[in-house]
Amino acid sequence: MSAETETPRPMDFLLPERLDEALEAMAARAGTVPVAGGTDVMVRLGTGHERPAAAVDLTRIVCLSRWERTAGGIRLGATVPYTRIAGELAAPLPGLAAAARTVGSRQIRNRGTVGGALGTASPTGDVHPMLLACGAEVELVSVRGARRVPVRDFYTGPGRTVRAPDELIRAVRVPEAEGPQAYAKAGRRGAVVMATCSFAVALWPSRAWVGTGIGSAAPVPRPAPEAEQFVARELGELRLWQTRGPLPDDVLARFGELAAAATAPADDVRGSSAYRRHAVAVLARRTLGRVWDDYRAHRRTEGEPCT
Amino acid sequence: MTAYAPHTRRVPGAVGDSAPRPDGPLKVRGAFAYSSDLEAEDMLWGTTLRSPHAHARILAVDTSAALALPGVRAVLTHRDVPGRNLHGSMVVDQPVLAVDTVRYEGEPVAVVAAEDPETARRAAELVGVAYEVLAPVTDAGAALAPDSPAVHPGGNLLRHVPLRRGRAARGEPLTADVVVRGVYEVGMQDQAFLGPESGLAVPGPDGGVSLHVATQWLHVDHDQVVAALGLPREKVRLHLAGVGGAFGAREDLSMHAHACLLALRTGRPVKMCYTRSESFVGHVHRHPAKMAYEHGATRDGRLVYVRASIVLDGGAYSSSSPAVAGTVATCSLGPYEVPDAEVDVRVVYTNNPPCGAMRGFGAVQACFGYESQMDRLARELGMDPVELRIRNAVAEGSAVANGQVLDHPAPVAELLRRVRERPMPGPSLPQGGHLTGTTSRGESVVRGVGYAVGFKNVGFVEGFDDYSTARVRLEAGGGQVRAVVTSAAAEVGQGVVTVQAQIARTELGVEQVTVEPGDSAFGSAGPSSSSRQTYVTGGAVKAAAEAVRARVLERADRLLGRPGSATGLSGEAVTGAGGKVLCKLADVLGDEAVEETVEWHHRPTFPLDPETGQGDSVFQFAFAAHRAVVDVDTELGLVRTVEIATAQDVGKAVNPQALLGQIHGGTVQGLGLALMEEIRVEGGLMQNPSFADYLIPTVHDVPAMHVDVLELADPHAPYGVRGVGEPPNISSPAAVAAAVRDATGLPLPRIPLRPEDVAGLTGTDDALPEPATAGAPPTGGDPP
Repeated sequence: MSAETETPRPMDFLLPERLDEALEAMAARAGTVPVAGGTDVMVRLGTGHERPAAAVDLTRIVCLSRWERTAGGIRLGATVPYTRIAGELAAPLPGLAAAARTVGSRQIRNRGTVGGALGTASPTGDVHPMLLACGAEVELVSVRGARRVPVRDFYTGPGRTVRAPDELIRAVRVPEAEGPQAYAKAGRRGAVVMATCSFAVALWPSRAWVGTGIGSAAPVPRPAPEAEQFVARELGELRLWQTRGPLPDDVLARFGELAAAATAPADDVRGSSAYRRHAVAVLARRTLGRVWDDYRAHRRTEGEPCT
Repeated sequence: MTAYAPHTRRVPGAVGDSAPRPDGPLKVRGAFAYSSDLEAEDMLWGTTLRSPHAHARILAVDTSAALALPGVRAVLTHRDVPGRNLHGSMVVDQPVLAVDTVRYEGEPVAVVAAEDPETARRAAELVGVAYEVLAPVTDAGAALAPDSPAVHPGGNLLRHVPLRRGRAARGEPLTADVVVRGVYEVGMQDQAFLGPESGLAVPGPDGGVSLHVATQWLHVDHDQVVAALGLPREKVRLHLAGVGGAFGAREDLSMHAHACLLALRTGRPVKMCYTRSESFVGHVHRHPAKMAYEHGATRDGRLVYVRASIVLDGGAYSSSSPAVAGTVATCSLGPYEVPDAEVDVRVVYTNNPPCGAMRGFGAVQACFGYESQMDRLARELGMDPVELRIRNAVAEGSAVANGQVLDHPAPVAELLRRVRERPMPGPSLPQGGHLTGTTSRGESVVRGVGYAVGFKNVGFVEGFDDYSTARVRLEAGGGQVRAVVTSAAAEVGQGVVTVQAQIARTELGVEQVTVEPGDSAFGSAGPSSSSRQTYVTGGAVKAAAEAVRARVLERADRLLGRPGSATGLSGEAVTGAGGKVLCKLADVLGDEAVEETVEWHHRPTFPLDPETGQGDSVFQFAFAAHRAVVDVDTELGLVRTVEIATAQDVGKAVNPQALLGQIHGGTVQGLGLALMEEIRVEGGLMQNPSFADYLIPTVHDVPAMHVDVLELADPHAPYGVRGVGEPPNISSPAAVAAAVRDATGLPLPRIPLRPEDVAGLTGTDDALPEPATAGAPPTGGDPP
């Protein structure tokens, strides 16, 4: 029975041009929803799933729509759309650019942002696995001050994060790639599809580390720490970072198994839990094989004279 | 009389030309007005409160809070339906607004009109409905069990069509040297048109109402709306609004009566436009089917008998289910010579979403069953699957399942040969990339090839007196001649407006033709369904144009003073023997237009015998064959369709470009059913009523398509035409599934194929079921 529902009120839609105005608006009223590209929020508003008292449009705040180089990486403003990430950041952040290319349709990529994806924190979001594999950090800011949260600590549940109700996502800091990176997305259709499951892998030769991220196979995007530790150990023992020798098939297979073991997948219309576990193992094995092959191939061309 | 050219020219845009469609540029530019774009001054917005339960008793409805919301102008329940609170295009069993029971999720309970759509939506939420939730009947097989709860008082069996041929009709046992069995399933496909259910009801000064609505058949809607409103027929007028796709989903009422009720109550125009998720519960779907087939053959590959038990889930209300069951039976053996057959088709009520008409109308499901069996039989016999099909193919003079002897071309073997002989496509992407191009660089990618051929009746069957009405007027003005064609044929995107103009040009020899839409006050054109409009409305326009021409020629004879001299119309001139121009048409017409209206009936059909399913129930059958080539990532279970070749006999390609569109579109809709399009229902509740999770193929999923058109004229049809809209949709799912089986070696008995199925992760237990027996449909919902 819904007869007792209180009379609905209209929603305020705020259009600040400065970040401090936006932060004040966020602090002024509990439940105020920030909107960047609107590709998630506007759908929830349109279907009536969400009826906040106020929404704050962030697209007029110029400082959020820029990216800049920092020591060791890229500081990506929260409202930079996927289209720009795919185009402008393909060299320093090849993995994130590749993931951005798999998001939705061209229209969605023109609007959607990494800040928005972090705010929505859907386990199916395409950029989360690569942010995990890269060890990115999320900048949160409120009238109370700013803080930086490693992305591995950011997600707390489906659609839930450590962001406080009055905080805005200001930027994401992503280390510049120092080796091959790959993102693989299994979906039932050729485009405009949410991932059934996905996997990201990034090589960090300077730290002798392989970063991972799993999408759509657990309540939150999550890394596969045991797989990371296993492959780091194997690469170390076999001195493969130095020799750039081939990665044995059994290591790839074990890496896949450990990645699958890190999942906690659901059964839903997009796929069964058994399929997701299986597919994560396959995607992990294939993507690690692919980036390792690229790492090995890179040596052969490194320092070649251009004649 | 003025001088005239010594010879005539062929009129461009006649039958056989790819005449451009008048709505094409508007649609491409986004300027076309669909039903959802309608507006009127002082207009209210209507919305529908729907049942959240698959099955529940309504204990009380309280509209007071909704009515108290500022901006709300009306809240109506079943008590406000002045006429018959039931509708249905065949069986009148569906409430306009629920009374004391809701039988499916989304069933309309109340309607609201308010000043803006958001207020209307919020008011609907304020309507307090007290439900007593009941256990839903969700399994079609179990619904037939004697102890199953009944969805309707008369029980759950909606129609049973038995079919008995040969030995089965004589009660003799069916035996053969080689026997193969299989149980196949087809999931619930949605028509997934892009233009949601929408329209505008405008109250009239006479106490009546005009409804502008997107539909497939104004007149059958009109009958039902008139009954619900309890008004004289002439006070209710239905006009066709811009239709954003149909595919069968607009054969039943959606918002029609609701908008009219609200407009009459408020005295203001009321617009209703369903949201996307609402649209999924706002129309019927393709029937999910479970089909147990047994095929018996000789060792050299000749079919001896087919035994089948097919259960269709009709959902909560009848819609077109009885007719769909008939089509399944008539098409159940495929386009093959089968001497003996024992087939039982049952369509049942459940508390699942109602199912009804969708492109292919049951022939799609049957084709997946019998074609899967033909592949299974070929493997059992060690025969080439195409060769086996050709060996058993019907031809003109053969009898099909209903015992009807085909009295028109039936080039089934030729269609199969054509798709087989087409050169194979080369390797796929050099990188073997798949989907978003991220999952495979060629790892585990295996190519597969599959074939299927299908057939279906064109038009209405089983004795239904089907006809169309057309008016043709020929008039002169300013030295020019133009023809005006009027019919109520619904343009749903298929191009029937263009076809009518082409026929008028052909028969009257004039280039300038205007096609005007008839409303419900004009004669019926029958529905834009069952691939029938070019045949039936085309036949009506042709007949009306012929009648006009006869009168014009008589008049010319009189003017010329030479009876019998005028024999034809061509190039805006009257011609005589040898095509010689006798005079200008404009001169013959002068100020006096010639107009004829014809109600044209195709040749009669006859009922099916209720015991044997035999009878000449069909006036035309249509055929198509497909070859699908796929690349399958066998480890991930992902499929990329590389190429689909289609061969189809169309009798006469009236508009080759529009024809190609039909064949491409139908083929892709079938590909969607094979690989991704499914409404998932659990406990009677839809799990994916959005385009985020109900997937239809994108441009990335559509393969290269090769189309081979045969034009073997049907001597009974105008211009020899054969219906073209459905055949390409019938066999493409079976062909794609066969190709994936070829790549994986898995039995894959159910479509749509899920990645987990294709990866071999689901227990596709291929154990042979018990032979299906008459009167004992498969029970229980578990796969065998």
